[in-house]
Amino acid sequence: MAFPHRPDAPELPDFSMLKRLARDQLIYLLEQQETRGGWEPEWRRQQRRGVKCRPRSQLPGKKDLFIEADLMSPLDRIANVSILKQHEVDKLYKVENKPALSSSEQLCFLVRPRIKNMRYIASLVNADKLAGRTRKYKVIFSPQKFYACEMVLEEEGIYGDVSCDEWAFSLLPLDVDLLSMELPEFFRDYFLEGDQRWINTVAQALHLLSTLYGPFPNCYGIGRCAKMAYELWRNLEEEEDGETKGRRPEIGHIFLLDRDVDFVTALCSQVVYEGLVDDTFRIKCGSVDFGPEVTSSDKSLKVLLNAEDKVFNEIRNEHFSNVFGFLSQKARNLQAQYDRRRGMDIKQMKNFVSQELKGLKQEHRLLSLHIGACESIMKKKTKQDFQELIKTEHALLEGFNIRESTSYIEEHIDQQVSPIESLRLMCLLSITENGLIPKDYRSLKTQYLQSYGPEHLLTFSNLRRAGLLTEQAPGDTLTAVESKVSKLVTDKAAGKITDAFSSLAKRSNFRAISKKLNLIPRVDGEYDLKVPRDMAYVFSGAYVPLSCRIIEQVLERRSWQGLDEVVRLLNCSDFAFTDMTKEDKASSESLRLILVVFLGGCTFSEISALRFLGREKGYRFIFLTTAVTNSARLMEAMSEVKA
Amino acid sequence: TTTGLILFFQSGRPLGAGVRLGMGLRMNRTKGDEEEYWNSSKFKAFTFDDEDDELSQLKESKRAVNSLRDFVDDDDDDDDLERVSWSGEPVGSISWSIKETAGNSGSSHEGREQLKSRNSFSSYAQLPKPTSTYSLSSFFRGRTRPGSFQSLSDALSDTSAKSYAPELGRPKGEYRDYSNDWSPSDTVRRLRKGKVCSLERFRSLQDKLQLLEEAVSMHDGNVITAVLIFLKRTLSKEILFRELEVRQVALRHLIHFLKEIGDQKLLLDLFRFLDRTEELALSHYREHLNIRDPDKRKEFLKTCIGLPFSAEDSAHIQDHYTLLERQIIIEANDRHLESAGQTEIFRKHPRKASILNMPLVTTLFYSCFYHYTEAEGTFSSPINLKKTFKIPDKQYVLTALAARAKLRAWNDVDALFTTKNWLGYTKKRAPIGFHRVVEILHKNNAPVQILQEYVNLVEDVDTKLNLATKFKCHDVVIDTCRDLKDRQQLLAYRSKVDKGSAEEEKIDALLSSSQIRWKN
Repeated sequence: MAFPHRPDAPELPDFSMLKRLARDQLIYLLEQQETRGGWEPEWRRQQRRGVKCRPRSQLPGKKDLFIEADLMSPLDRIANVSILKQHEVDKLYKVENKPALSSSEQLCFLVRPRIKNMRYIASLVNADKLAGRTRKYKVIFSPQKFYACEMVLEEEGIYGDVSCDEWAFSLLPLDVDLLSMELPEFFRDYFLEGDQRWINTVAQALHLLSTLYGPFPNCYGIGRCAKMAYELWRNLEEEEDGETKGRRPEIGHIFLLDRDVDFVTALCSQVVYEGLVDDTFRIKCGSVDFGPEVTSSDKSLKVLLNAEDKVFNEIRNEHFSNVFGFLSQKARNLQAQYDRRRGMDIKQMKNFVSQELKGLKQEHRLLSLHIGACESIMKKKTKQDFQELIKTEHALLEGFNIRESTSYIEEHIDQQVSPIESLRLMCLLSITENGLIPKDYRSLKTQYLQSYGPEHLLTFSNLRRAGLLTEQAPGDTLTAVESKVSKLVTDKAAGKITDAFSSLAKRSNFRAISKKLNLIPRVDGEYDLKVPRDMAYVFSGAYVPLSCRIIEQVLERRSWQGLDEVVRLLNCSDFAFTDMTKEDKASSESLRLILVVFLGGCTFSEISALRFLGREKGYRFIFLTTAVTNSARLMEAMSEVKA
Repeated sequence: TTTGLILFFQSGRPLGAGVRLGMGLRMNRTKGDEEEYWNSSKFKAFTFDDEDDELSQLKESKRAVNSLRDFVDDDDDDDDLERVSWSGEPVGSISWSIKETAGNSGSSHEGREQLKSRNSFSSYAQLPKPTSTYSLSSFFRGRTRPGSFQSLSDALSDTSAKSYAPELGRPKGEYRDYSNDWSPSDTVRRLRKGKVCSLERFRSLQDKLQLLEEAVSMHDGNVITAVLIFLKRTLSKEILFRELEVRQVALRHLIHFLKEIGDQKLLLDLFRFLDRTEELALSHYREHLNIRDPDKRKEFLKTCIGLPFSAEDSAHIQDHYTLLERQIIIEANDRHLESAGQTEIFRKHPRKASILNMPLVTTLFYSCFYHYTEAEGTFSSPINLKKTFKIPDKQYVLTALAARAKLRAWNDVDALFTTKNWLGYTKKRAPIGFHRVVEILHKNNAPVQILQEYVNLVEDVDTKLNLATKFKCHDVVIDTCRDLKDRQQLLAYRSKVDKGSAEEEKIDALLSSSQIRWKN
């Protein structure tokens, strides 16, 4: 239960610095001309003394702040209203498509660089102009400004009326080992549209990390986007040479990985506690809303889920089946602790109340919350026949009973079970099988459109473009033979046949990769989920996450050597790289710290699996992701039909 | 810092905007769909079994924890947790505050006063004091981003202002920067840093393309788009398209850019030029999502029918059009019927929503619910829908069953599965398998007698036993155990029926019977 770290496990760097940085920058952007009293960071005071002409985008005095909805939660993690108020923010509004009621003379907009935000701002400014009203406007783009946005400002005739700034807030520490860029749109923008606009943001973030925590002596990566981000980052470092020179590296390795290298893992149902909580309640920016069904009261609770929650920290990486045992043990211990007060005299009681009670109460609260969450998860999963679902997923991963799985999916669709769930299963089928047989593709698609609406035609087109749901090429008649053969002979033979025709299209080759990397563990007897033997425990012992296996293998070899075949099957022959600098300054401790960068999002299951690997090998992993994701988020990003 | 881990929500208050957003599609999922369908069947495995030890363990722990509650809750005054817990959001949280502004804009001052007092009192403690121990100057040095983070050295040495379009009233001195002949690669690098850089001097096609290639080779999508905006403005679209056709990365950026700014016309021209007919068709079709008015939407869909979709998609588009056409007719008719108040079914079961723009299966359900007995000739009859849209038998039966079961029209359910052979014998058949039938009936609260009848029709004995146990069809369980001569299972089942019930008697009678040769 709740595996401890090995005693020699390296310490994690302190990432809370990133929060302070982001907050200081924001305050600077909001600051008025003259700081009257109030707090001013040292660096600002120094800077003010030196800078003669102030940037013209300063907005001194009282102002109303309009915040984009997607930025609120991240902002909440680093600042609060009183900090904003101290810096002359008067009222706060959400950026939404409504006319602003603000009567302030100065309006400040804190937004993501999106076209629709520009149109909104333009409508406000132009309405003011029409009414003959003059105010000052400032747009703060986070994490950066895009030229397309400026173009819209220009087209709308408000360029110059509006001043622009950038708030380079791109790394939010959600936990001691988890940094999120909070850019869920990265996934769609890059993997569907092929837009590389966030690559510079990633490069900047990596540059910031190396500035703060020293250079990374060993770099590895796989994926087209990973390679580009790496190159751009290197460019940046070269241009600003000297920044990291002479610094001792704190983090020994960095590993960049594209989400499309491994879609399969992200599409699976999660069964470790944190992943399951995310799938069930949706963890957003590190916190979750537990509804009345969890809190067993009439209130909802917003709960931060991180290492500081002592109860959560012990169960987050556990397979769900272990969690009950742990919680009831905890409950019993707690009971015993409270019971101790029975025999106490006054003095002991006083001690108890002043020293222990608070901690116990805290624990009590957390415990009842997580018990409530478990109960609620159980209820939901029981209702949706989770067991059957998991069985189907495992069958897909292992590649048997494809017919049966297909009709299971069909039934899902026919009964109008959640559209996202049906889509997810179809994608899983497609990727594990190198695309659907044309007949299946057509019939599943038709049924899907009939059940969930014809406009999903667009969703299917998106999924095909992203390679998530494809049809085996119709000319490829051998695929029909293949599938027949696969039923007649063992999977082994079928795998080889698949292999022989892999040149026909960009295929996922999952079956062959799975065999090469041994992703489906051979299990004799029961897989003991209480004592996991490998990373497969995050999927009930049925499957080792591909992404994590790749990372494990490369770290073991310190290169891609011997993995050529895997890299080829992943269609990444040109995009797997290693870059080692002879860095003798790296301490042995730092060499056991690994920063893994997921481009396009990572799941809590992957995080748990790598935490497990770290404990086994004496490493510690730090995760940097463009956003925490799961199967539902991936599918929603591909869906064309918005609420 | 205070614990602040638990932040309570004030009940009844709408969730803060920040909380609600990002849920997008998830909220869109009709709850009914999910809840209703999740009619689980057997499970025996570790985690998710109701009867499992684990859950009872959990319940026990819950009781234990709850029993402590009295003791814990009575003296909360000094608890930091409570202090921040007066509302749905942490006091002073930004999402919360925005909610306040929205709720109080204009009229009520009270809220704002509250806001003030509340803010002053606790929120500051929630976050570590913004002390700045790290020297940021080192971090900012060398950052050449525009905006306020310019370090000293930047500010002094780099006089370029930070806007992209230099045409707009810039002081003369600043022209120096871009009157210099920046090479394409320097220009692109400056663009990446967000610096001012005029692109106007790239006038020959060759220069423009070189600029684009530099941008692409640097990988920054933002810069690629910036160059494309310039090219779009300064090249005729034929030339632009022609050059992009052989530059796929740039092409993808232009397509995405056009989608984002909504330049549909140019986008369609581009697809036409590239001969990407399917994308052209889909792109045109996508526009229907923005049309609210059903008749206009229908008319628009009609214009999509002739577009160069794949053969398969063409059929879907045709169906989409036909479906909406039908829905408009049905909707008008039913709204009239409902408001007239003469039709029993509408009086007893008023419609909850309009049928417009619903999926086909939902429409079929609706029609099975309100128009089940109608003759095939009417647009709203289920049979007509089935024929028009070639709905497979399976899907039809499934949907009709759900609809009739919801109305508790058990005779209709019965008729759905009864077939007569040529000798006139009736036989029960279900294209979806009787286990599904049972589950759907159970979901619709069918009485035990009805359930029992269909459980008995399940062929696979294990499945039958599982379903019977799950839905408490005692007779079926008992009879099946008897037929299987499984004494142990029957014995085990005895503990699950009520004490002194008829079922118990029946089991006892069987167990003591000497007629049966038990297998165990």
